Amino acid sequence: MKMDHSLPLEYSTDQNKLNILGFWIFLGAEIMLFATLFASYFTLANRTGNGPTGAEIFEITPVLIETFLLLTSSFTIGLGIHAMRLGKQKAMLTFFSVTLLLGLAFLGVEIYEFVHYVHVGAGLQTSAFTSILLTTLGTHGAHVTLGLFWGLFIILQIKKRGLTPQTANKSFIFSLYWHFLDVVWIFIFSFIYLKGMM
Amino acid sequence: MKGKWIFSSVLITIAAILSGCEPLLVLDPKGPQAERQAQDIMLSIGIMSFIVLAVFALLIFVLIKYRASKQSPDYEPPHMEGNIWVEAICVGIPVLIVAYLSFVSVQSNYIVEATPEKYEDQEPLVVYASSSNWKWHFSYPEEEIETVNYLYIPTNRPLEFKLYSYGPITSFWIPQLGGQKYAMSDMVTTLHLAADVPGEFVGRNANFSGQGFAENTFDVTAMSQKDFDEWVDEVKDTADPLTEEKFDELLEPGHLGRMTFTGTHLDFMPPPDHDHGSSDSEEGNEHQNHSEQDKDSDHSNH
Amino acid sequence: MEFFERFAVPHPSPAIYASMVAIGLVVIAIIAGLTYFKKWGYLWREWLTTVDHKRIGIMYLISALIMLFRGGVDAVMMRAQLSAPENTLLDAQHYNEIFTTHGVVMIIFMAMPFIFALMNIVVPLQIGARDVAFPRLNALSFWLFFMGAMLFNISFVVGGSPDAGWTSYFPLAGNDFSTSVGTNYYMLAIQISGIGSLMTGINMITTILRMRAPGMTLMKMPMFTWSTFIANVIIVFAFPVLTVALAMGTMDRLFGTQFFTMENGGMDMLWANLFWVWGHPEVYILILPAFGIYSEVISTFSRKNLYGYKSMVASMVVISLMSFLVWVHHFFTMGQGALTNSIFSITTMAIAVPTGVKIFNWLLTMYKGKITITTPMLYSLLFIPLFTLGGVTGVMLAMSAADYQYHNTMFLVAHFHNVIIPGVVFAMLAGLTYYWPKMFGFMLNEKIGKWTAWLLSIGFLLAFMPMYITGLDGQARRMYTYSEATGFGTLNMISFVGAIIMAVGFALIVYNVYYSTRYASRDISSDPWDARTLEWSTHNPVPEYNFAIVPEVKSSQALWDAKKEGHNLFKGKYEEIHMPNNSGAPFLMSVVFFIWGFAMIFSLWIPAIIATIGIFAFMAHRSFEQDHGHHISVKEIEETETKMRGAK
Repeated sequence: MKMDHSLPLEYSTDQNKLNILGFWIFLGAEIMLFATLFASYFTLANRTGNGPTGAEIFEITPVLIETFLLLTSSFTIGLGIHAMRLGKQKAMLTFFSVTLLLGLAFLGVEIYEFVHYVHVGAGLQTSAFTSILLTTLGTHGAHVTLGLFWGLFIILQIKKRGLTPQTANKSFIFSLYWHFLDVVWIFIFSFIYLKGMM
Repeated sequence: MKGKWIFSSVLITIAAILSGCEPLLVLDPKGPQAERQAQDIMLSIGIMSFIVLAVFALLIFVLIKYRASKQSPDYEPPHMEGNIWVEAICVGIPVLIVAYLSFVSVQSNYIVEATPEKYEDQEPLVVYASSSNWKWHFSYPEEEIETVNYLYIPTNRPLEFKLYSYGPITSFWIPQLGGQKYAMSDMVTTLHLAADVPGEFVGRNANFSGQGFAENTFDVTAMSQKDFDEWVDEVKDTADPLTEEKFDELLEPGHLGRMTFTGTHLDFMPPPDHDHGSSDSEEGNEHQNHSEQDKDSDHSNH
Repeated sequence: MEFFERFAVPHPSPAIYASMVAIGLVVIAIIAGLTYFKKWGYLWREWLTTVDHKRIGIMYLISALIMLFRGGVDAVMMRAQLSAPENTLLDAQHYNEIFTTHGVVMIIFMAMPFIFALMNIVVPLQIGARDVAFPRLNALSFWLFFMGAMLFNISFVVGGSPDAGWTSYFPLAGNDFSTSVGTNYYMLAIQISGIGSLMTGINMITTILRMRAPGMTLMKMPMFTWSTFIANVIIVFAFPVLTVALAMGTMDRLFGTQFFTMENGGMDMLWANLFWVWGHPEVYILILPAFGIYSEVISTFSRKNLYGYKSMVASMVVISLMSFLVWVHHFFTMGQGALTNSIFSITTMAIAVPTGVKIFNWLLTMYKGKITITTPMLYSLLFIPLFTLGGVTGVMLAMSAADYQYHNTMFLVAHFHNVIIPGVVFAMLAGLTYYWPKMFGFMLNEKIGKWTAWLLSIGFLLAFMPMYITGLDGQARRMYTYSEATGFGTLNMISFVGAIIMAVGFALIVYNVYYSTRYASRDISSDPWDARTLEWSTHNPVPEYNFAIVPEVKSSQALWDAKKEGHNLFKGKYEEIHMPNNSGAPFLMSVVFFIWGFAMIFSLWIPAIIATIGIFAFMAHRSFEQDHGHHISVKEIEETETKMRGAK
């Protein structure tokens, strides 16, 4: 396999470049997926039937905590990739682990949030609004969950095999995924929670 | 230009012959909306014929002239990259056609969504047409009568059909009076029609709604306003009142024949709210128009 | 045995029982045959685990042809039922099931795999590549499609067929009105297949952007590759919308959510909107590769370069962008009012303009050309007038006020078949005939091929032209019968005759394959059509690695110019070639998807959860997997090339 040493490790082989481009295209598809969910949310947001409205159930505190956790995790994974570029495996693994822990905490808060919603009568089956709200939040949360496992697998592979073109490529692609989820969260935070609470 | 009218008349003749020498319902309008639509259809057939003929002619020309068998064996076709002016014409003419048809089409859109101009000075007759698997209920709120699967209407008067459904999305369609519109369960849509002449017309649900869909038809009879008033009086004298129990029975899935009642179901089972959050000004106008006639008890929320 | 009651068909009929028996017998026959001829190993090694784009393409092709048969039988049954008023061949329920499956099968399980077949076989060869960017993903795409198709196809004998139309509008498709599992099959089978399509989108775009031979800039790519590229961009942006819509539909039916219900804020119109935001781009996904095939064929058999290359590319780009801006025309009558309808009326008419440009460019390609009429060319020549008819009726339908009369009538049915059959189906058959020698090393019979094209065209006209008339006379679509008084009888009978003629045409295709396999000479050149693009510079059959040496390209007709000027496309020495290994994972993972889908359809939650875990297990395995493929040595390349050059 021909390696181009003038490029960062994750771009250094032909297959690596293909993988990264392919993943960007996948992110394009994911943008459409979430865009569809958001469009459906805006369409159904006021259709609360006999159930509660967003203003009635959203709580600012858990949402702020979730935002802080996820945004910080984006920062730490950025540091992780930077460490990877400098060839510092141990630092990279530390930052990645912190990222995943922050992600896990985010999920924890989100699960608490969902339990709360069900408790106050805003379940998946209550109304069109609750259905789309929980589906949108849930889709994002499911993506985060998948990311936790994926990230863990990458950490294990780097521990076992070190920083190779393949592991570097995977790590970089994972970071793209993680940043993407963070961007989606910013939209969720702004257009679902903040807008709903105003 | 004459060519395309001849061409379309030939088409219509063929169509008429094949369908049994009677004009096609859509092209046999009996009301102003249907007439406008039929005009649009004929216009588009005419213009499109021009395009079709152009393509056919070019194809036949190149096939005749440039077939390999007609040419010398060592003829090598030239390399032709393209020509900006040719492309400009191939884009320009269709753009002009589309622009013209768009102009006509937009005009027609506003015409079919409003009271027909020739009857604008009159009070519209409002009929609530609701579908339940697989029949139509026609409620006349002002006249306080209701029919099932048949519609009597006065001629020369605007008709406002308020459409909705107790189940799957259906489509209220009387081809000779005008186009169709969907009837849905969470909102009321409005269809503006009118009949210019008395007669019997076909009506049907045009949107697939399950097993009994094919038979989901209704008869329409248009008569003079005087005859219509007489009929309303006759119904009030002779028909049974529509009770809630009876109406629940009627809503059961199945097919029914023609039925007639005094009173309407709008009192005890009002139609769904209008679509809140719709920014289309049409909806706003509709609110004003029928607020006097609508028996919807939730109307105060608007 | 109560557990097994759920798998019973709610509305059986003799035909359905006969099909159950037939399916059972065929499955047994296949298993018995494979065992008797000891072909299990061969099947696994050469086909089930292949990641070779050429093999995958052939599997897509076989699947498409089998599905064409099923969809076609559905069509003939429908036409037979409607051939006379108040006919009793099919009752309403069965008719409804049949038109639903006809639509889904033809679009999702026939047309899509057909275009994927040609994309897979042709594009890597056309751009001088050795495979697609992600060969394993490519195999997964195929097997997901296949499992989705299998799942959908057993519905009518296990649990009940969907019967709410291929558009599956709510609330009709909801639990209130579609009580059997049929609509669950619809939601899940299409979902599984759709994931495969999305993966192909990612694969093809990456391949075309990054794996072109040196010298092949974007504006030197063959037109079929361009059309594939643009169609796959549409796939990437359109399919996720369907994914969400199907997921919501599934959740409404299985988990009691309120997306499209009649109470609690549910909005049936949302389904229609989401479906068609995907649905309209979908038809452009189908037609653009078809246009690409026509560009190749018309150019080759006019012995002339494609006229207006730049505008052909530009028109497809414009079409792809606009395809996302027209969806409301599928439901002008849904009450959104004159302003919305006007906007979408204009965008819909506008999209006819770039399409028209292409027709004129094809005609101008033939102008001053040297036209030979082979079977692929015949399909293209028939396409031009027939598709133009269909296209102009599209402009007619776009006038929304008039559409209030056309909507949901046979006029509409006539229009879309008028664009899909001459547009997509003829292109696929032209492409099949054109690329057959490249796939299999012999030619399909010309005479039978031309008979097929003519029969299909005449059958098509007889079947569908009457529908324009009956639509204007009040015959709605999806009606299982009509009364004598309507007068629709004569024209519907003519339609039926047309359908029979088309059936004969399709039967001839099968006969052609048989006849040619048996009698056609295998001693043909690797460039039997004297064509213009790189795929024809490979040997017959194409070796695993496609090109021994990566070609260098100077123009958009690399092969033609090389032939004319006598220069060598393949300069340099042989080098070791790296190829991916076969893998059983795509096939096995797809089997688990099938199980998952089946379990969800029948609300079997434990198996569904286990299958879900299984799917993630495969993904985890893939993450840890280190498979670096294998190398083909220079010696092996030399041997293969010498052998093939001899055969050439």
